[in-house]
Amino acid sequence: MRSTPLLSFTPRGIHCSIADVYIDPWRGVDRAIITHAHSDHARGGSGHYLATSVTKALMHARIGAELNIEAIEYGEPVNINGVRFSLHPAGHIPGSAQVRVEHQGEVWVATGDYKRQLDGISPAFEPVRCHTLITECTFGLPIYRWKEPELIFNEINEWWRGNAANGVCSVISAYSLGKAQRVMTGVDRSIGPILVHGAVANMNTVLQQCGLELPAWEHITKDTPKERFRNALVITPGSALDTTWTNRMKPFSTAMASGWMQLRGWRRRSNIDKGFVLSDHADWDGLLRTVQESGAERVIATHGYTDLFSQYLRSVGLDAAAETTEFGTDDGVDQRTDMVYSTSSVDPASTPLSMGRPETPTA
Amino acid sequence: MTREAALFDALDATTSTTAKVDALAAYFRDANDADKLWVIALLSGRRPKRPVTSTQLRQWAAEVSGIPDWLFEASYHVVGDFAETVTHIATLEARMEKSLTEWVRYVEELKALSESEKAARVKTVWAGLEGMELFVFNKIITGGFRIGVSQKIMVKGLSKATGVGEDVLAHRLMGNWTPHNSSFQELVFGANEGDDHSRPYPFYLAYGIEGPEGTAAGAGLNDLIPLGDPREWQAEHKWDGIRGQLIVRGGQHYVWSRGEELVTDKYPEFEALRKALPDGTVLDGEILAWKDGSALPFAELQKRIGRKTVGKKILADVPVVFMAYDIMEHEGVDIRQRPMSERRALLEQIVGAATRHAITLSPTLPFSTWEKIVALRDDARTNSIEGLMLKRLSSTYEVGRRRGDWWKWKVDPLSIDAVLTFSMQGHGRRADLYTDHTFGLWHSGQLVTFAKAYSGLTDAEMKQVDAFVKKNTVERFGPVRQVKAELVFEIAFEGISASTRHKSGVAVRFPRIVRWRKDKKAADANTLDDLKGMIR
Repeated sequence: MRSTPLLSFTPRGIHCSIADVYIDPWRGVDRAIITHAHSDHARGGSGHYLATSVTKALMHARIGAELNIEAIEYGEPVNINGVRFSLHPAGHIPGSAQVRVEHQGEVWVATGDYKRQLDGISPAFEPVRCHTLITECTFGLPIYRWKEPELIFNEINEWWRGNAANGVCSVISAYSLGKAQRVMTGVDRSIGPILVHGAVANMNTVLQQCGLELPAWEHITKDTPKERFRNALVITPGSALDTTWTNRMKPFSTAMASGWMQLRGWRRRSNIDKGFVLSDHADWDGLLRTVQESGAERVIATHGYTDLFSQYLRSVGLDAAAETTEFGTDDGVDQRTDMVYSTSSVDPASTPLSMGRPETPTA
Repeated sequence: MTREAALFDALDATTSTTAKVDALAAYFRDANDADKLWVIALLSGRRPKRPVTSTQLRQWAAEVSGIPDWLFEASYHVVGDFAETVTHIATLEARMEKSLTEWVRYVEELKALSESEKAARVKTVWAGLEGMELFVFNKIITGGFRIGVSQKIMVKGLSKATGVGEDVLAHRLMGNWTPHNSSFQELVFGANEGDDHSRPYPFYLAYGIEGPEGTAAGAGLNDLIPLGDPREWQAEHKWDGIRGQLIVRGGQHYVWSRGEELVTDKYPEFEALRKALPDGTVLDGEILAWKDGSALPFAELQKRIGRKTVGKKILADVPVVFMAYDIMEHEGVDIRQRPMSERRALLEQIVGAATRHAITLSPTLPFSTWEKIVALRDDARTNSIEGLMLKRLSSTYEVGRRRGDWWKWKVDPLSIDAVLTFSMQGHGRRADLYTDHTFGLWHSGQLVTFAKAYSGLTDAEMKQVDAFVKKNTVERFGPVRQVKAELVFEIAFEGISASTRHKSGVAVRFPRIVRWRKDKKAADANTLDDLKGMIR
């Protein structure tokens, strides 16, 4: 075994010291590789970025046009000081990637956020063989097992159709990047128009410029006629739900699409009418399958129920450990701002949801 | 059970009371009578006896899910509900279809089986149901059926569907009935109403006098003035015992607690009242531990509450009395619609004739001004009194909690500043949040636990404290986390007494969080000696 691990956990993020490259650093560094454009993974302040072309476009739109980002294709290797880096589809959101790191025959993979289900907008997750796997485990407990997405979309359609028939607007809270487009793509568009909040409209525009095909949608403005809402599906970040923004849509029913909706407790305290269990993360079975398919001898769990998940892996004979990261699910755009302890999620053993309501966008 | 699963899904899928009532009404209009009766039973706290232990269920759940026991346990603490945890972990193999009535019978029949047979049958269901149906089955088998729908909402829905008034239904649904000894028609339409001598009336419950902030805090003279002319009111002590309803009908007597529990056998003192009170009498009052003409502390009464059978010694040590304050039935006639003043006169006459037995009359307090009421309340804190009751002399005896004619005005709670020491995840809508807190007071440089409190914070504060706990865990004891001594909270409580059962040497009643003292550091919190100084 080498004296320094190929990747290590530092106060700035996951670091490859040989190449001096950080993966999704949470402080500014010289060189960063970004797994996906959600703001807890893609942050400004670094000198040079490497990412997929979709992530690059999203980062320019979300963080700044001035960022120095080099785009590479999935599978295209980049050599830095003898270390070979490549990106592989993670299935989390458009542009999302796992990072494969190879040096002198030793392979590590950092998954970033990922899911095993197809979502209709992101390339399918690609299993990558490795010696050491760094995996997220946001939903790393056996209580989180997802149904087939089409069953969930049947539920969403049924809710929307029922509302539309009664002239009730359907307002669904979904993260503006990823979940929003997944919902738009999955629902039955014959029921009514799809109207979106400005934050969602911005992401839609960038993704369409990147070549993603989306169904027809309208940006809600102050000129949107009231009657337009009657049979509409409104897609909005959770932050807008409690504001006067929704007043014009009355009467309306509220829903949330997130893996956290699996738990009745989350649903009930979120004060929404309907919770749909639709996640952009791997469920328990998906995590175990990924660990198995990677062939890894060693697994490092980050981001979620890390202690419990790694303890389980050890109980079935794997070499597994938990590491602390600052990947949260909070997002400057989409989270409510009234939570004091919301800047990051550093609890290694519990959910990364210290910040409050379960709009938990990336879930 | 698909119809009921759809109902519970619909109830779960809305935060609007109107929508819940409508969903229940729709169900009560078209479901079959036997199943409807079970829904009423389950939502009014009548469920089959628990046929299995929670230890057995946990073991079987770990077996069927193929995960280690500790992981099931950890999952349970995240979900905060056993029935729901099993629902998430179980995997559907072959669908089973039965009506709600058949499922209840299935659960009831388990009771007599051997453990291995029980295990086999329960596991079969776990593999044969999913989603809400499985959740409902698990709720029935685990013996709790709290699913966020109150009995009141259920009654509203039932009333809407049947056209029978809510108050009438609330009365009919009380008492000893079970789906085995009644039918939907009998229960709801009162076909056999006269048959059940034990049936109690729904209790009339008062709201608290509210201060300037809409809570009990700081209520004073200004908050009494809106009640109008003091001469239209009657004042009594608010007794600190157990609310009870005493029924004498058909030569028998029955005692009901406010929780709709029949507690006749726990208080043999009242047996003599069968003869001492006229037949066809129903009284509202307080059961108090009472000796030599005065009340004993609530802690003494607690010794009686927990017991199924009462021996000679406890009867001699802690005798009880029925402190009567209202009468709902006289000579077999429901007199709840007569004014308080008339009922009071009758009560005085009836109880006055029986006082050599374990019954006494709650005295009315003389006053002519609201200023006097303020003064009476200031003097009210004793062993057995927790404040005042104000009742309008013209008031009828209502059903449930109502504003307007009856008010309670408790003495201000005691309170102390304590440090958050341990925390555990909550249940229900607090699942996966650290909300069940333990608090300590300083003693010789150490924090000594003195109370647990779960309520009193706003939702936003609750989430902030949850985040604090997760970030400041010092040590874990299973699901319990010890946290850094940093946060200070003002803890209020109703009563205080010395206790040998508590490490602190003090027992407090109804502890709850009043406010988060962000202005205080842990070192500024109170000491155990400060608390002991409050015992008198």
